[in-house]
Amino acid sequence: MDTKLKRKLKENITGFLLLLPSLIFMVGFTVLPVFKSFYLSFTKYTLGMKKPLWSGFSNYISLFKSEIFWKVMYNTIFFSVITVVPCMVLGLTLAFLVNRKSKSVSILRTVYFYPVVMPMIAVASIWMFIYMGKNGLLDQWLSALGMKPLNVLSNKNTVLPFMAIMYVWKESGYLMIFFLAGLQGISEDLFESARIDGAGFWVMLKNITLPLLKPTMIFVSTIALTNCFKLVDHIVIMTEGAPNNGSTLLLYYIYQQGFTNFNYGRSSALTVIMLFLLLFVSLPRFFRQDKKAFYN
Amino acid sequence: MKRKIGFLIFLSLFLLILSCGGNQNKTKDGKVKLVFYYPVNVGGPVAKIVEKLTKDFNEENPDIEVEAVYTGNYDDTVTKIQTAAQGGNPPDLFVSLATQRFTMASSGMAMPLDELIKEDGEEGKKYIDDFLEGFMEDSYVDGKIYSIPFQRSTMVLYYNKDIFKEVGLDPEKAPETWEELVEIAGKIANDKRKGVGIALNSGSAQWAFTGFALQNSIDGKNLMSEDGKKVFFNTPENVEALQFWIDLQKKYKVMAEGIVQWTDLPSQFLAEEVAMIYHTTGNLSNIAKNSKFNYGVAFLPAHKRKGAPTGGGNFYISSGISPEKQKAAWKFIKYLTTAERAAQWSVDTGYVATRKSAFETDIVKNYYKERPQAKVAYEQLQFAKPELTTYNAAEIWRILNDNIQSAITGEKTAKEALDNAQKEAAEVLKDFN
Repeated sequence: MDTKLKRKLKENITGFLLLLPSLIFMVGFTVLPVFKSFYLSFTKYTLGMKKPLWSGFSNYISLFKSEIFWKVMYNTIFFSVITVVPCMVLGLTLAFLVNRKSKSVSILRTVYFYPVVMPMIAVASIWMFIYMGKNGLLDQWLSALGMKPLNVLSNKNTVLPFMAIMYVWKESGYLMIFFLAGLQGISEDLFESARIDGAGFWVMLKNITLPLLKPTMIFVSTIALTNCFKLVDHIVIMTEGAPNNGSTLLLYYIYQQGFTNFNYGRSSALTVIMLFLLLFVSLPRFFRQDKKAFYN
Repeated sequence: MKRKIGFLIFLSLFLLILSCGGNQNKTKDGKVKLVFYYPVNVGGPVAKIVEKLTKDFNEENPDIEVEAVYTGNYDDTVTKIQTAAQGGNPPDLFVSLATQRFTMASSGMAMPLDELIKEDGEEGKKYIDDFLEGFMEDSYVDGKIYSIPFQRSTMVLYYNKDIFKEVGLDPEKAPETWEELVEIAGKIANDKRKGVGIALNSGSAQWAFTGFALQNSIDGKNLMSEDGKKVFFNTPENVEALQFWIDLQKKYKVMAEGIVQWTDLPSQFLAEEVAMIYHTTGNLSNIAKNSKFNYGVAFLPAHKRKGAPTGGGNFYISSGISPEKQKAAWKFIKYLTTAERAAQWSVDTGYVATRKSAFETDIVKNYYKERPQAKVAYEQLQFAKPELTTYNAAEIWRILNDNIQSAITGEKTAKEALDNAQKEAAEVLKDFN
């Protein structure tokens, strides 16, 4: 071993040792389970079986043949489409609002950030009071206005859009934080010189703010997409996937297959599918768009 | 530098050891230690009562120490037992749905209790024979007893006597047939309130549907075979029963459209937004305490015959625990199901007492005098049959519930929905036939 390499190793060893505790946990609780799921997804493994039984692609084949699986995939993609963009738009708008210099800003920041710190379970319970059929706030308002109660959670056409409203309410405050950090990272000089040149709000937004926010955008859109794939708690509380799996999303389906039906093989296959979906949506962002973005 | 590295290695190892919990099930100071998982699925102070009973037991049996662990609702409990078992640390005994027994037996998670009963000799036989047949019926797997009835319930019809009076009906006469149900509900229903309410969310629909299927069957045939290996979802009678639900919503307009949650139904009843509800007898104390009107409890309306589903949880003992622990667990189960305790349990919670002798006690006699509505569930038991119980019960429930919901929301016709349910369920049960 040449001395250069030795020196490099010596320099880095402290770093690796400092990483070691988290690395152990990361390997134990993330890396190993991923490989285990991968293996289990090719086996038949249900409640009461002492050992998983190799079964090739049978889990995947039965999933691709099942109507419910495609319904769940459709729901998941539909849900992410109707939540990610509104979350980001609202998050950015909120960031603009709380980025101003005014006395009410700290109150505003608290108000908008408040939903974020609440656990999803609590949020879901609160929104149950709004969405509940007949006794819920929403249906009460509708009947006060002389309209028919909707019972939104039991209608296959309304259940996902209304859950999306709740989710956007909770999530956009979280995204606001990243946008706020991004906005504050943009040098004030740029705006100042633009203002001197006579640029208005929209011009500055289009030519300065948004281009410089691009790295934040990429990051936030990835976070937003992966977060909404990982949503499960509110379904457990609010609908249990009803009506007829109209609100079943991928992670809830995994949970249901694994912990209600105890079909570990199928649930692992679903996990692997989800893993690839997440890689599919997040990797290109980091490898391609990341290079195009401008960092100052 | 070396010391720092050593410290870091030590720290990571320490954290690793911390993260692997030890097995706490060993006997301490000579006591047999048991871990007991129990779910709570209805309102009321059930958890407190179980804690109290456990404490009493521990005081009376100094050589045994039972630790009662509350584990959420029935679904959560199964998940927790399963997770604990996979981690090599299962509870020694637990309460789970009677419908779980095929799964518990086939997965080897629970043990048959026949040996323990036999060891008690005459006493043991007397003990088992004392349980109400309607409940004991769903304790068997392949002729062996796998569970002991504990928190058992059945579905009854609650109705609002004041509304009956208001629309000119006899408040002492609840609907006895489906036709009467439609007629009476039709008189009650208006813009502000519905005639009848049945919860059709996941986990509830299959229970109510068992009742309707029994009421509409020619020979009292249930939704599944007794051995739990076959289901009969798409018989013409069952299609008719499901169509009746759809008709209550769409044709007669006496029931709220769509899917009402199990937990919302009692509050709608208490708010007088619905005049009759199908609900568990386990809700009796809640309704008795919170209703501002006169309420009645009645048999479920009959059609071709009378019928009602039983439900609720039973005791199980985990397989693979030491004989010493088995004996202690058995003692604990017997302690919690003595006639007096079963009677008191019924009074405190609204569940139906599970033993015949419990109904001879003064506790139950006085209770029925004070609250005659409670007696209905007991009397209805002779017409009751077990709810949908099969191997892989949770998955089969889900299949039936999803398909029922697809019929209710109009995605499928009643026949298409039940045909589909039959097909999907047969696929799941294929492995057991």
